[in-house]
Amino acid sequence: MKVGVLALQGAFAAHLGALEQVGASAVEVRTESQLADVDRLIVPGGESTTISMMLERSALVEPLRAFVRSGRPVFGTCAGAILLSSRIVGGRSDQLCFGALPLSASRNAFGRQRESFEADLAVRGLDDGDFHAVFIRAPRLEVIEPDPPGVDRPTVEVLAEIDGSPALVRSGAVMCATFHPELGGDTRVHSMFCEM
Amino acid sequence: MAESPSSASEASAGGPTAGRETGTQLVKRGLAEMLKGGVIMDVVTPEQARVAEDAGAVAVMALERVPADIRTDGGVARMSDPIMIEGIQEAVTIPVMAKARIGHFVEAQILEALGVDYVDESEVLSPADEAHHIDKWAFTVPFVCGATNLGEALRRISEGACMIRSKGEAGTGNVIEAVRHLRSITGDIRRITQADSAELFEWAKRLQAPLPLVQEIAETGSLPVPLFCAGGLATPADAALAMQLGAEAVFVGSGIFKSADPSPRAKAIVEATTHFRDADMLAKVSRGLGAPMTGIGMDDLDQTFADRGW
Repeated sequence: MKVGVLALQGAFAAHLGALEQVGASAVEVRTESQLADVDRLIVPGGESTTISMMLERSALVEPLRAFVRSGRPVFGTCAGAILLSSRIVGGRSDQLCFGALPLSASRNAFGRQRESFEADLAVRGLDDGDFHAVFIRAPRLEVIEPDPPGVDRPTVEVLAEIDGSPALVRSGAVMCATFHPELGGDTRVHSMFCEM
Repeated sequence: MAESPSSASEASAGGPTAGRETGTQLVKRGLAEMLKGGVIMDVVTPEQARVAEDAGAVAVMALERVPADIRTDGGVARMSDPIMIEGIQEAVTIPVMAKARIGHFVEAQILEALGVDYVDESEVLSPADEAHHIDKWAFTVPFVCGATNLGEALRRISEGACMIRSKGEAGTGNVIEAVRHLRSITGDIRRITQADSAELFEWAKRLQAPLPLVQEIAETGSLPVPLFCAGGLATPADAALAMQLGAEAVFVGSGIFKSADPSPRAKAIVEATTHFRDADMLAKVSRGLGAPMTGIGMDDLDQTFADRGW
């Protein structure tokens, strides 16, 4: 199994390090051919506006849509979660989202860097203690009705919450986190993704 | 101290807010992680900030004059007017950084109060203290500092800096100093990884840097915080050069808004920073960008900014 980390911009190096620690074979993805070569994909944190533009300029929009549609596992963290959601609040009008999950993502909803924080989260499925999570200019997620309504989609399972909003969700082959499991040295969420 | 947004303080008792901490090293260095592979652009107006965001900048540095103008105008260069910084914060959704003078901790306090996302304790402004840098541990907002060599970088990290950038020679459009600083930092890191435990004491002495940081480098083979490049970058090729030499992101100051046509140049530099090893892509994005900033040779400089800071 080969795990790709979208490396257009952001915390891709930290994800590669975490994947290496859990024994996964991990590679950087910057081109269509590199994307075609991986079995699952992490869309990392970074600036969602920049990553969105670089997907367009690197001719990766349709290949990424096809990747998500193919059912191969995808994990978006922070900016990555924004990109995988269905609606963006507080973004640029030209900003892309891939609608992998019926989520609305509000950018920078917890405030500026001054308000960025660490917190211990109880994560469903991780029985051996809380997960120490790092939230950086984090988005707030909300589960919304699938569009169009009535479409038969797997339900969104909320695995962890922060201030009553989803912090880690999973549905089918897609996982999204508003925090940064690649920072802080706890690799259990990466293991969870690799075992999905 | 950081103020908590109301939503955070209203969370249910015993919920995940227990043990919540702001301004930790992990949180401060974490934002630097998020900026990797990106371009941070100097801007002096909200309009320029929008051009930078449209081009794909990961952050903007709000300042009153770009370094090239600071050089030409002379006089004392200071922190920007809060009105200007707030105007830029309103204009864009990406992080906004701003510069404080070396040692001017009150300028830094003001920038923190404004909600700036990163403070650059910068040699481009006139130093306020000839012996002391800011005690950066005392702040919730993270700091980036310039360095010309590894010793300087480690001294700044020991003072609490969460991101190091090369100083280069800002406002010259000449990349030679940034290359010198990057090579000096990464070269010494490589040599330290080859040193035995006794030699690490000598390295700490020679670098005038704390021993534990030198030992950490020996173990990990990298700087404890992200290493970015700044100072004199003017073309997509300059950005890719910095990245291939080991920088993890780049700052572009005068190089964009002192060029003939800023917007396409800014876009091209963003693409070159992402695809920095792909020569075909670099050839494609380098085409037809118009005149870069004129630039200055090092022998023609009246004043070097890189000598500021200690």
